[in-house]
Amino acid sequence: MTTMTRPAVHKRSNADRLRQGLASGKFTAVLILLPPALILFSLFVILPLADAAYYSVFSWNGYGTPSNFVGTQNYTRLLDHSVFHTALWNTAKLILVSLIIQMPLALGLALLVYRKTPTNTLFRLVFFLPYILAEVAAGLIWSFVFDGDYGITAFMFQALGQESVYVLADRQWAFPAIMTVIVWKYFGFHMMIYIAALQSVPKDLIEAAKLEGAKPRQVALFVQIPLIKHAIVVSGFFAIIGSLQIFDIIIPMTNGGPSNSTHTIVTYLYTFGLSRLNIGFGSAAAVVLFVLAIGIALFYQRATAKEERA
Amino acid sequence: MHTYQYQLPGSLRAKRWLAAAVAFSTGLAACAAAADTTVRVLRVEISDVEKQYYDDVVAEYEAQNPDVEVVFEYIANEAYKTRLPTLLQSDQRPDIFYSWGGEGLRDQVEAGFVRDLTEAMQDGWQDLYPESAVRAFTLDDRVYGAPLYATVVGFWANTALTEQAGVDIEAIETWEDLEQAVVALRESGITPAVVGGKDGWPMHFYWGYLATRLAGGEGIEAAKQGDNGGFEGEPFVQAGELLQAFVELDPFQSGFMSTSYERASAMFGDGEAALHLMGDWDYIPSKERSATGEGVPDEDLEFIRFPRVEGGEGNDDSFGGMNGFAVTRDASDEAVDFLRFLLNEENQREAARLGIFVPVANGSEEELDTPYARKVAEILSESNFHQVFLDQALGTSVGATVNDISGDLAQGEITPEEAAAQVEEAWMFR
Repeated sequence: MTTMTRPAVHKRSNADRLRQGLASGKFTAVLILLPPALILFSLFVILPLADAAYYSVFSWNGYGTPSNFVGTQNYTRLLDHSVFHTALWNTAKLILVSLIIQMPLALGLALLVYRKTPTNTLFRLVFFLPYILAEVAAGLIWSFVFDGDYGITAFMFQALGQESVYVLADRQWAFPAIMTVIVWKYFGFHMMIYIAALQSVPKDLIEAAKLEGAKPRQVALFVQIPLIKHAIVVSGFFAIIGSLQIFDIIIPMTNGGPSNSTHTIVTYLYTFGLSRLNIGFGSAAAVVLFVLAIGIALFYQRATAKEERA
Repeated sequence: MHTYQYQLPGSLRAKRWLAAAVAFSTGLAACAAAADTTVRVLRVEISDVEKQYYDDVVAEYEAQNPDVEVVFEYIANEAYKTRLPTLLQSDQRPDIFYSWGGEGLRDQVEAGFVRDLTEAMQDGWQDLYPESAVRAFTLDDRVYGAPLYATVVGFWANTALTEQAGVDIEAIETWEDLEQAVVALRESGITPAVVGGKDGWPMHFYWGYLATRLAGGEGIEAAKQGDNGGFEGEPFVQAGELLQAFVELDPFQSGFMSTSYERASAMFGDGEAALHLMGDWDYIPSKERSATGEGVPDEDLEFIRFPRVEGGEGNDDSFGGMNGFAVTRDASDEAVDFLRFLLNEENQREAARLGIFVPVANGSEEELDTPYARKVAEILSESNFHQVFLDQALGTSVGATVNDISGDLAQGEITPEEAAAQVEEAWMFR
């Protein structure tokens, strides 16, 4: 591309050449810097997306090339499938729990430990530990905790003289148990975002509020939290996108069971699409997940941007 | 052999031979230890005893064929099923892979990943095995795999516990007898049976075996063709009804839907329940997984036939697996040669002697040592039709649905009619 433009530049007048030179400096920068990003983006984002959309109109088991065109049949089956409804509802529950329980919990803890003292460093570390743990390991550990025969749960029930409860085998309790683990796993991450933001709040503003007679709670509510709003917006975004992606905690804990009651959209996609070799069907689920993610992201951006303007 | 180089220019084989030729000419002296061809075998994770058996077979083969190196790789059961399709389509594909036959093999064959062994097997190789074993790997009159062993599902029983409850395990002939045994065991405070409900397939043994008893192997073939209402037909609904009535008797350990197969087999080994509906292969694993490593002592251990069901078409049928190996399309001839060696009569007899599994080669049952293995061989030889596990025979997608509905039925989440309808729907959309 650069060799094509060069002869054209030579024919221009001096002034033109200067202007063109400046412009082409930017142009070359674009030419050099854009392609790698563009290639990577198309290769790893656009292409797979197009592929998934293409596969989603075929009935295909993943061997060879898709040939059995079925139109929108995969989508109608997906929307009719009761397990998919459960998966959608579970994902919605995860988003709600993240926003309503996990984020306030993280914020409260951040307000308690954001000042730089040795004890606070220790607490921060302890609260952050679950986040460091790999998801699969966390899932496995908790599946042992909830085990009705040998787990801590079993031990507690036995100590109370009660019949043991098999939390992860119970349709009513399996998903709340998973939600608990997810809150436990990720609140530390959100807490860290808030701590970083809280530390950048000017000290004199807090001092001024205190001089005016504001109690610690009022300082937090009217000074600190409004000033770290951008961090809360960002962490909310992570919470939502994270909830849409939850997969590797659920697989070791329940594998989607009992009776497919603990699926999220991603575990649904994996179970009914990939591991059952219904690649076309799975692709349809992936497309739905993608549309949902984009939709929620845009909606969230609009909503929070509006609030900032107000 | 060298003519291959010219017949197939540019192919992987030619490159391999070329590389071998270069290696040969450059380092004659160093060549003694270097293998020219590597045969990679992919196998589902197995017991240490069986691994040792393969190591011995490989060592013997490599001694006879110094230019071939055989490498066995193992992947855990569930992971194997999900990774195989991807592996087969990648450059990492093995030369020989473990197969359950059925619709799963059909998918692989239709996509062109499997080498046709029909010709190779005709010069006496397939005569080693009974016809039913070869049939399990035959699709449209072409043979795409060779059998390693047959498995049969039945009840493993701990007679020390059944005697304690006054149950005569040998006398369990019908499904009603089994139900009475369950009630008697519960009354004596013994957990009647363990099941690994979390994994799905152990629960499918109940529904699948009941469906086989009621419809018969031929009835299941007919259902595939859509005859008699397909999988929504009477026997499949009735299998669900029988399973639900059985679960009403509280036969399983508490929290059975959170128990994996491995845990269930360890629990049986630890004597925590009287019965375990499982394949004959569980004999060694159950011992290895138990706390003591000894499992249920042999004198207290029985393997009994799945009971007959009144009015069933398949009361003389057996239910289990016919497992073996398939060769991938562009695998070397050495791979076929090794497979033939691995599955030859002597090695099959050796496997029988070691009691690892029940080999299929004719006559190998003579070497079987444990009473359980002989029981399996007896069930197989008396069997009218050997129905391959429904979750294998119907293919990955329908199979997973069968596993799902079995768990759902056991928990009372769906009705027998809904269960049958779900299987039929999955079969239509496979």
